[in-house]
Amino acid sequence: MAMTDPTPEGRFGEFGGCYVPETLVPACQELDRSFRSAWADAAFRDRLESLLRDYAGRPSPLSDCIRLSAELGLRLLLKREDLNHTGSHKINNVLGQALLAQRMGKARLVAETGAGQHGVATATAAALLGMECTVYMGEVDVARQELNVFRMRLLGAEVHAVATGSRTLKDAINEALRDWVATVERTHYCLGSVMGPHPYPWMVREFHRVIGDEARRQCAARLGGDPDVVVACVGGGSNAAGIFSGFTDGEAELVGVEPAGGAAVGRGIPGVVHGSLSYLMQDEFGQVLEAASISAGLDYPGVGPEHAHLARTGRARYESVTDDEVLAAFELLSRTEGIIPALEPAHGLAWISRERRALAGRTVLLNLSGRGDKDVDLVMGLQA
Amino acid sequence: MTSRSPGRLEAALRAARDAGRKSLVPYITGGLDGWRPAVEAAAAAGADGVEIGIPFSDPVMDGPTIQAAGDRALAAGATPAGILAAAAELDVGVPLVVMTYYNIAHHMGHRRFARSLAETGFAGAILADLPLEESAPWTAAADEAGIETVLLAAPTASAERLAAVCARARGFVYAVGLLGVTGERDTLAASATVIAGRLKAVTDLPVLVGVGVSTPRQATEATTVADGVVVGSAVVRRLLDGHGPEGVGEVVGDLRRALDRHASR
Ligand SMILES: Cc1ncc(COP(=O)(O)O)c(C=O)c1O
Repeated sequence: MAMTDPTPEGRFGEFGGCYVPETLVPACQELDRSFRSAWADAAFRDRLESLLRDYAGRPSPLSDCIRLSAELGLRLLLKREDLNHTGSHKINNVLGQALLAQRMGKARLVAETGAGQHGVATATAAALLGMECTVYMGEVDVARQELNVFRMRLLGAEVHAVATGSRTLKDAINEALRDWVATVERTHYCLGSVMGPHPYPWMVREFHRVIGDEARRQCAARLGGDPDVVVACVGGGSNAAGIFSGFTDGEAELVGVEPAGGAAVGRGIPGVVHGSLSYLMQDEFGQVLEAASISAGLDYPGVGPEHAHLARTGRARYESVTDDEVLAAFELLSRTEGIIPALEPAHGLAWISRERRALAGRTVLLNLSGRGDKDVDLVMGLQA
Repeated sequence: MTSRSPGRLEAALRAARDAGRKSLVPYITGGLDGWRPAVEAAAAAGADGVEIGIPFSDPVMDGPTIQAAGDRALAAGATPAGILAAAAELDVGVPLVVMTYYNIAHHMGHRRFARSLAETGFAGAILADLPLEESAPWTAAADEAGIETVLLAAPTASAERLAAVCARARGFVYAVGLLGVTGERDTLAASATVIAGRLKAVTDLPVLVGVGVSTPRQATEATTVADGVVVGSAVVRRLLDGHGPEGVGEVVGDLRRALDRHASR
């Protein structure tokens, strides 16, 4: 089963849809039309491709982990999204959306951010293309990802600390949506994951498909075929959707790794928040629960609707790891491979490390979605 | 237009319009300290209907005042079933309309939520993040239970979209007065009377403007075109500030008198 287009209503199986306040419906419909036409337009794709190559540094390498593979008793390969400009996979989506916003005549970008990587990427694209940029970030995240707040401001973006609710990603999205409701005529909401109302889950996956397409070619050259297992961390699920999309029509096992404190697929039940129907951590009354994760980028109670569909159909499975396992993996990769990962993809490695016996002798591809500079301060604090 | 017989909410608002009266529908957050006496006070002060909010954890259409009220109510233990049960004991003589977000209904189940509303005496429902395209499963259950689903119509909509929204709306059409979330503003946005006028041109349903209508002056300005207004933040703020049901009665009374004075001119 491949990751195909959603229905015209934006459904992946029963999940997805476009649940937004009436004010935003025309904007979502316009975005759907614009994305369809841009994605079918060779000139648009050429422009995006050259930016990805000449500005963001694609293709990203595929690295063999020699020492760590020996230690784990399996063959581990890393898709090096950490080496992209701005330090994570987020730039793929943002360059696509920023070009699209320009095509729609919108001069301002608004974004939410958790770890700050999507905010930094959006601020970067705005600087590159001469657009205005406003980023909403929960107060808790502003404190724990201070470096990225400074980077965003340096790049000319306005950063608003959000003090409501959980003061993390969930509430940053609420605030970005409220901004968009008020400014929709001249603003594009540059959503940072495969979530939200249609067409975002589909569009963002398409912009990240480049990860999976490259990885599959690289694996074919290096391994002579697909790896046995493809692993990615899952917050909203964009880096996972990107790498999975290259492999869904093959035989590789697909594993998404969620934080134990934000396991929407693992612990959620279907519900609607932020524009789509998907698995959602909620209480017995339908109030959305607050997630709790050491990783700001995965600290989210929901998940993109296509992941709910992949889980429901069994094409991918979703596991979870604890903060302690993640910190151990963060150090493990640093020490054995000289790569300091972001805490988000450290979730993927934590699962691989825990399951190494079951994975013994197999070839495992991990999407290393970002680098760890932003997390060094936080980890230093924990070790003090 | 088919000859659908109007529900209680629509009938009440049509009767007001036929009598030359502008409709006033205040919003009160359910579960907030003193909310039930506040509903009674609003009705006594001349409301034509009352919207009762079921707070939701992620109210994306609401500004700071209604967000704060919802947070406070949730912290005090408010639940959907609890609010509905408490509303069932109200006897205020005007139709009640629940206002919440879709996940509350989805989670309880469309039919169960619709039936609970009917059983607890509600006439209508507004789901702030359930647009026309996604509304069918809910409206089927609501229609069956006799609950009138009020739909929002926004300044961003095309003429065709406004017509489609009006065709599916029951009770009244909620004209979103500005681009933005709920909250008090210094002046009425120019978009308020524009959207009301566009709606009046395509529907015979009562058209009420909400979002950004707070003061008597804004209400009278909006109703130069619209059939009525929904006033939320200005009302809820009285409760948040500790002015209690009396404070709510005062704001609603002031709005009532202004609307009546204006209508009789
Ligand atoms: C490096 C990195 N990986 C992953 C994520 C999580 O997002 P997603 O699940 O959409 O890939 C983030 C989010 O901030 C991130 O910075």
